[in-house]
Amino acid sequence: MVLELQKPRPIWQIMFSTHHTDVGLLYLITSLAFLFLGGSLALAIRAELFLPGAQIIGDAMTFNRIFTVHGTTLIFLFILPFASSVGNYFVPIMIRYKDMAYPKLNAIAFWMIPPAGALIWLGFADFTWYATPPYSIISAPGPAADMWIFGLKILGISSVLGAINFIVTILKCKHPDMSIGQVPLLAWSFLSSSLIILVAIPTFAAALLMLLTDRLGVSGFFNPAMGGDPIAYAHLFWFTFHPEVYVLVIPAIGMMYEIIPRFSRKPIYSYNSGVFAFVLLSIVGFSSWAHHMYATGMSFTEKTVFMVGTLAAVPASAMHVFNFIATMWNGRIKFSTPMMWAVGGIALFFSAGAGGVANAAMPLDFTTHDTYWVVGHFHLFVMGTIAFGSIGFLYYMFPYVTGRMYNEKMGKIHFVMSFVGTVLVFFTQHVLGLYGMPRRVFDYPPIPEWIAMNQIATVGAMIIGVSMVIFLANMIYSSGKGKLANTEDPFGVGGKYYYPFEAKNPHHD
Amino acid sequence: MSGHSNWPEWIYIGVVVALMVWVGAEAWEAERLVEHVPEGAETIVVTGQQWFWTFEHEDGTKEIGELHVEVGKAYKFEIVSKDVNHSFNIHDYVVLMDAIPGRVNTVWFAPTEVGQHDIQCREYCGLIHYNMRGTLYVEAPSS
Repeated sequence: MVLELQKPRPIWQIMFSTHHTDVGLLYLITSLAFLFLGGSLALAIRAELFLPGAQIIGDAMTFNRIFTVHGTTLIFLFILPFASSVGNYFVPIMIRYKDMAYPKLNAIAFWMIPPAGALIWLGFADFTWYATPPYSIISAPGPAADMWIFGLKILGISSVLGAINFIVTILKCKHPDMSIGQVPLLAWSFLSSSLIILVAIPTFAAALLMLLTDRLGVSGFFNPAMGGDPIAYAHLFWFTFHPEVYVLVIPAIGMMYEIIPRFSRKPIYSYNSGVFAFVLLSIVGFSSWAHHMYATGMSFTEKTVFMVGTLAAVPASAMHVFNFIATMWNGRIKFSTPMMWAVGGIALFFSAGAGGVANAAMPLDFTTHDTYWVVGHFHLFVMGTIAFGSIGFLYYMFPYVTGRMYNEKMGKIHFVMSFVGTVLVFFTQHVLGLYGMPRRVFDYPPIPEWIAMNQIATVGAMIIGVSMVIFLANMIYSSGKGKLANTEDPFGVGGKYYYPFEAKNPHHD
Repeated sequence: MSGHSNWPEWIYIGVVVALMVWVGAEAWEAERLVEHVPEGAETIVVTGQQWFWTFEHEDGTKEIGELHVEVGKAYKFEIVSKDVNHSFNIHDYVVLMDAIPGRVNTVWFAPTEVGQHDIQCREYCGLIHYNMRGTLYVEAPSS
């Protein structure tokens, strides 16, 4: 049991611990710190775009650096470490093992994140989160770009180490009485996403090295001036990062699989369909990477292949949505904070998926590609689905981590404001994209529709910003002064929890 | 695993698959028509560079930041880049194609009405990407 605040320990003992709950806590605090850092950059971007002309950010270069670091931070330093935190806390307990398979490797994987984060933040590169050549080779100023490359390199290694650890823990360390068909869906989600990481990451790891040597001028893989091809980089990048979308989303879906049945007071509608959809998603996730590249001059045949591959992922995602709704159907639902976040997340997941179908259809993509539609679309995934699932799960595990309850009313206010804000920002951005506003622009011409929609989006973002301050205050206050939680059943919904009160941290003895 | 019947889920998946097949087929058909360049289309070479567009007509006239075309004619753009990736975009006519150094990408359009439209860059290309804009003038036929 991890009641850090009830039985205080010196901080170095947690930092140098290899116990899975300690590493989980380190991941948790790191990821939340980067959530607030990356989120404040988002508010700066929205404030700048409130009106045409320069507002609070003086120049385009600073703006470009801000949105680059915003994206890199929230994807690699918030979403991924947060998932690792949940996995560290829950996977060993769910498969009934005393720790992760390789505890030291686990701690090493975590400790690669702070230096990588420091490289990215101290460098503050400007070439967008996908570092497209030849811009990133011939035009992007160093050393920021090089620091970003090294930061991502380290994060990739950290991901691979973490993935190996989860796979071995789940497959080899599960209790001998437990078959793979009894492993809870949350643990299954970590198994699937870890397998994707192992297949996908090496490609980008190679591309990063090639990008670095190109920048140093000793090679010309992606530099047309030296006979290289920038499109090769796009393929290598998206071969990693389209599946990576599933690496991000699958654990969040897994978290919802833990929350939804619990608060519906019903077993999951179909465990098998959940497992099947996870496995299917991790396979078809590899058949759609070039749908990001229709406008690079691909042939009709290539586009058709990748459109079919993209549409093939829809039924698997739809199975999850069905499973959630069927589980809630006729359930005695208790809308506590975690449940509200999970249900809101599913609604936004559905909307994001529907927008994705429009993107995948070839002729429509030429309307939406590289406009604010795409910004709205993927933010409905990363914010609406993944962050909603993650924040819901954070509320859910809060009594377990601290032994205290958060303030329920504040949690609900946080949800309502975030949900309204998310809809205002990202649905509006879809429409703004249809009006043709390109993404990644520091300034825009005073077209009345563009101004109106940018202002709606900015107001929405500020609402989310305020809700996040409430969230932070709630977390800090409640972890020290909150009501003591009933650790047997903190939410009063009954049933058997995977709350690992039996997980003994040796440091607590 | 569980004892209940699964037929609602099968029906639901069937509906989703059917929808996807329909979307895919429609998209395939539409894209096939869109990509067919009409015969006799006039070629305009579009060059993107940091941070402006240059247009070269078949008769050799060059324009910078402005493009004049005539109603009723079909135009084929050959899009190239001198430095980094750009993306040539006339949003009102759904003309979008990346300008990539070392490649020639083509896309076509046929303006239907006299008027002015924005030309912009839709692929991040650095410092003044946000202002890599131009204007398309669609004019009445000269003869």
